[in-house]
Amino acid sequence: MITVEQLARELGGEFLAGEAAKDREITGGYAGDLLSWVMGRAKEGDAWLTVMSNVNTIAVAVLADVACIVLCEGAALEPDARTRAGEQEVPVIGTALPVYEAAVRLGALL
Amino acid sequence: MEAIKVHYDVPGDDFTRAGEASGMLKRYLKKIGFAPDVIRKVSIAMYEAEINMVIHAHGGEIDGEITPEKISVTLRDQGPGIPDVDLAMQEGYSTAPDNVRSLGFGAGMGLPNIKKYTDEMKIETVLGKGTTVYFSVNAQ
Repeated sequence: MITVEQLARELGGEFLAGEAAKDREITGGYAGDLLSWVMGRAKEGDAWLTVMSNVNTIAVAVLADVACIVLCEGAALEPDARTRAGEQEVPVIGTALPVYEAAVRLGALL
Repeated sequence: MEAIKVHYDVPGDDFTRAGEASGMLKRYLKKIGFAPDVIRKVSIAMYEAEINMVIHAHGGEIDGEITPEKISVTLRDQGPGIPDVDLAMQEGYSTAPDNVRSLGFGAGMGLPNIKKYTDEMKIETVLGKGTTVYFSVNAQ
C-alpha cells in the first residue's frame, strides 16, 4: 500500500495544497491534461499526473475522486486552485519531474 | 418515499465557478449515503453537462430528483442549440473556443462521457432556443 505522502517523498516533491489528506491510499495512476479524458478514464484512487493547474483541475479531481494531483514539470499551482484544493482537501504534490519520469516512479511503487 | 428535489442556477462564462453545482450535489448525495460509484457517475456526468452550459450557452438551470432507486438530472439552457446531435455525441468532436481549450476543456468528450456514466440520457435541442439534457443513474 502506498499513500499520497509516500508518493510525494519518492518524487522528491512537496505539498502545494491539501496536505490534510496526505494519508489517503493510492491504488493506481493516470496521466493527462485534457479534463474530459481524465474524467472518462481516471479511476477512483488514482494519482493524477498533469501539468494543468487551474481551479477546474481541482474540480475534476474532486468529482472523479482521485487520491491526489501530481503537478509535474515544476508547474505552478494557481492561487485560486490552491485555495479550492485546501477547502476540498485534495492533495496536490508539486514535482520538478516530467510526467513520464513521475509515472515511471509511481509505477514502481504500485 | 417522496422524491427529493434539488435546483441549481449555473452562471454563464464563469469557469472558476463551473462545477460548483456538481460539487454541491455530490456532497449532498454523500450525506444521504449513496454508494461511492453511484455518486461518482452522477458527479462526472453533471460536471460535463454543467461545463457545456457554461462554454456554449451562457449558463442555465439544473433540476435534480433523488429517490432511493435513481438519481435524475435535467439541465436546461437557452443557448444556441446543437445543430447535429449525432456529431456532437462523437468522441473528439468539439466546437469549444481556444480560450476554453487552454483551460483543459474542449476534448470533445463531454457528451460521450455523460452517456458512458449514466443509465439513461436524452437530448432535446432547438436551434436558437436552447438545449435540455436529461440523464439518470440507477442507484440499485
